[in-house]
Amino acid sequence: MKFTIQVSEGPYTHQASDTAYQFTKAALEKGHEIFRVFFYHDGVNNATRLTTPPQDDRNVIKRWSELAAKYNLDMVVCVAAAQRRGIADADESRRNGKDADNLAPGFRISGLGQLIEGAIQSDRLVVFGD
Amino acid sequence: MSIKKLLYVNRKAPYGTVYALESLEVVLIGAAFEQDVTLLFMDDGVFQLAKGQNTTAIDNKNFSPTYMALGDYEVNKIYVDQQSLDERGLSLDDLQHLVWEDEDEDYAEKDSIIIVDRAQIADLMEENDVVLSF
Repeated sequence: MKFTIQVSEGPYTHQASDTAYQFTKAALEKGHEIFRVFFYHDGVNNATRLTTPPQDDRNVIKRWSELAAKYNLDMVVCVAAAQRRGIADADESRRNGKDADNLAPGFRISGLGQLIEGAIQSDRLVVFGD
Repeated sequence: MSIKKLLYVNRKAPYGTVYALESLEVVLIGAAFEQDVTLLFMDDGVFQLAKGQNTTAIDNKNFSPTYMALGDYEVNKIYVDQQSLDERGLSLDDLQHLVWEDEDEDYAEKDSIIIVDRAQIADLMEENDVVLSF
């Protein structure tokens, strides 16, 4: 089956991102297709490479990046939600006159149309939120 | 690209959390994809459509006028849960009067809001291809 995953909450405060990751990983291991993972609302905070959790805890961001690298996942961060919350790649940072960028490897910034396209192209849209 | 039936379920109050605003942004962007779109407001989500919203005291942008524009985006099936209105002491008169213009009937102005009960909501979720929940 072909899935698009929406992640609506950030790391650590809510379980949503953990569950979305576990679902995505399990689906891929079962041979399903993940058309896209779309990060929206506070979910965009899963895409900052500046996160530094304690060493004895899971690294939510790094885990997503590694999953993306292993399975060539398309992980999209909503640009409007990212701008509100200070998530930027080098291009976005320059465009908005900022002095830094923080997008983690494996993520890309794009628009809400990517969520709608995912909903249309996939058999299921699965939303992980609070 | 094929046409799918998209149901947006809005369950949270307009302010206090960002979900209502960011849901509306998806609806407006999504309109460009020319899908079969339905909106459902239930639980505290019914407050999103309340008329006379004034956000001055909380220093948030009042985005409620945007709902009036949904008809122009051909978003004209807006369902509101009766039970959620009842629980909150609201009626249809407390909501903004949302309308759309029917091209097939000489642009006659028609009401967009349809009041439904829980059984009809179950049917809505059954008959739509995709449920986007906010």
